[in-house]
Amino acid sequence: MATNAIAVSAARPLSLGYYVHIFGKETQYEFVKMLRTKAFSLSVLGFPIMFYLLFGSSNRHNMFARYLMPSYSCMGVVSACLFGIGMGIAMERAQGWLELKQASPMPRFAYLTAKTLSCAAFALVIVAALLVLGITLGGVTLTATEALKLAGVILAGSLPFTAMGLLVALLVPANAGPGVINLIYLPMSFASGFWMPVQYLPHWLRVITPALPTYHLAQIALNIFGYAQPGSMLIHWEALAGFTLFMLGAAWILFTRAEARS
Amino acid sequence: MSATAVITEATPAAWPVPPSQTRTVARLHSVTKRYGQTTALDKFSLELKAGEVVALLGPNGAGKTTAVRLLLGLISPDSGTVRVLGRDPRDADARTRIGAMLQVSRVPEMLRVREHIDLFRSYYPNPLPAADVIRIARLEGFADQMFGKLSGGQKQRALFGLALCGNPDLIFLDEPTVGMDIETRRALWDEVRALSAASKTVLLTTHYLEEADMLAHRIVVINKGGLLCEGTSTEIKHRVSGRRIRCITQLDREFLATLPSVADVQQDREAVVILAEHPEAVVREMLLRDETLHGLEVSAAALEDAFLALTSDAPATQA
Repeated sequence: MATNAIAVSAARPLSLGYYVHIFGKETQYEFVKMLRTKAFSLSVLGFPIMFYLLFGSSNRHNMFARYLMPSYSCMGVVSACLFGIGMGIAMERAQGWLELKQASPMPRFAYLTAKTLSCAAFALVIVAALLVLGITLGGVTLTATEALKLAGVILAGSLPFTAMGLLVALLVPANAGPGVINLIYLPMSFASGFWMPVQYLPHWLRVITPALPTYHLAQIALNIFGYAQPGSMLIHWEALAGFTLFMLGAAWILFTRAEARS
Repeated sequence: MSATAVITEATPAAWPVPPSQTRTVARLHSVTKRYGQTTALDKFSLELKAGEVVALLGPNGAGKTTAVRLLLGLISPDSGTVRVLGRDPRDADARTRIGAMLQVSRVPEMLRVREHIDLFRSYYPNPLPAADVIRIARLEGFADQMFGKLSGGQKQRALFGLALCGNPDLIFLDEPTVGMDIETRRALWDEVRALSAASKTVLLTTHYLEEADMLAHRIVVINKGGLLCEGTSTEIKHRVSGRRIRCITQLDREFLATLPSVADVQQDREAVVILAEHPEAVVREMLLRDETLHGLEVSAAALEDAFLALTSDAPATQA
């Protein structure tokens, strides 16, 4: 009934309501699809939660219980975006499904937005779960402002890694996807202080750390709880913004070249 | 029958009924498309008139899918023009009146058929009610199943359903019956006929002759990116028609191909098979020249033979 009403009111010229409806449906089903795909939802939600249960609760009442909340939240958003966007698009492209969608009047932007919002939603679920675990099992005390700030930073963090996921989707063949993404993501998250503060990392690793986008996201998230390296946060925001533009630019060039060739 | 009625009701009086055979709905004009070194289509032209069902028939790699992808605006031609519903097919506005069934190796498996339909309906300004899509594509019984649980034939039917979601005027079906058993295939044929009766324009690609023969008002035979011939199935049969001569002979195949009205010569184990418009003249000539000739059979050419003759490389088949 409701959809019929919208469809009728959206008769040419295509109205705002028509687009809002598409974006809503696309996002709704994208999220449902990701949630039901156990290989994705269990690993993306499961790993940060499992690691917090292991390392957060065993460090009850010391700094690590508090430290690991923002750092594992970062891990959550990075893995959700890289696997959700990178793998998701690479597979749908290889299987011909993306082409069928492109043959429909679906706006391309709706497809990307739905995937980004769904991954961001996954990241927020992870943040919420870690906050609850931190407060209950980790004995962490924090203010509502800190919790909201963390959620905001993680949401913002979904953009650069969506852009990176997009580039991965265009570069990596679908069947090699999970392996390649793990090879990028696991070392990167270790070297960026997701697992332990960067000052405890071996010296040679700390040299490359500032080149990693994950490091800059982690610093912004850790800063909320007072664990960031000394210095201005502005440079980290700038680094993430630059990284996002670079990834989007590279993805755009690859995409238009692939289009021209096809 | 009921399906026909439903589609007719829901059609926003876009086409006059009965279909006018004059209005061009989609057109490829002298289109060339290359992928690297291979030429998928070479100065190929195709017109679809309002309300007709056209079958694009050809072996694998003939350029059928390339033609469909061009008409859908998924790729652009290297040269030539593509117009669909009076527009460039890359224009998103044209797509609101087009439905497509493409060869998809895997559909996202963790959504139910009904959910996929709901999503695709949202893309179109005037969608067909979901219940109608389910009825017309015969998805009852598995509409609430996850896509991943469907059999091959059910998947094809669901993809057919997705092509109907927008209540399109122009429908592209790329190899629609691949993976279907005979019963499901015949059911889909009925549905395509129902679309045709509702004055929708349909382009289907197939390498099943029977399918083209059963469904299409017009058959366009292509091979290696070029048009071989086009016409009604009767005309196509006539084109290479004549009859099929099978015999064991010492005569040279190259010589046989030069005999009057011979369209094609094939070796079939120890025998040769000749397609000829005037078999009597050919047989007379052969009997005169080869006394050892034996095992002679003359039979009517099947559409299958016509197709083989058209798409083989024999020089006599050049259109």
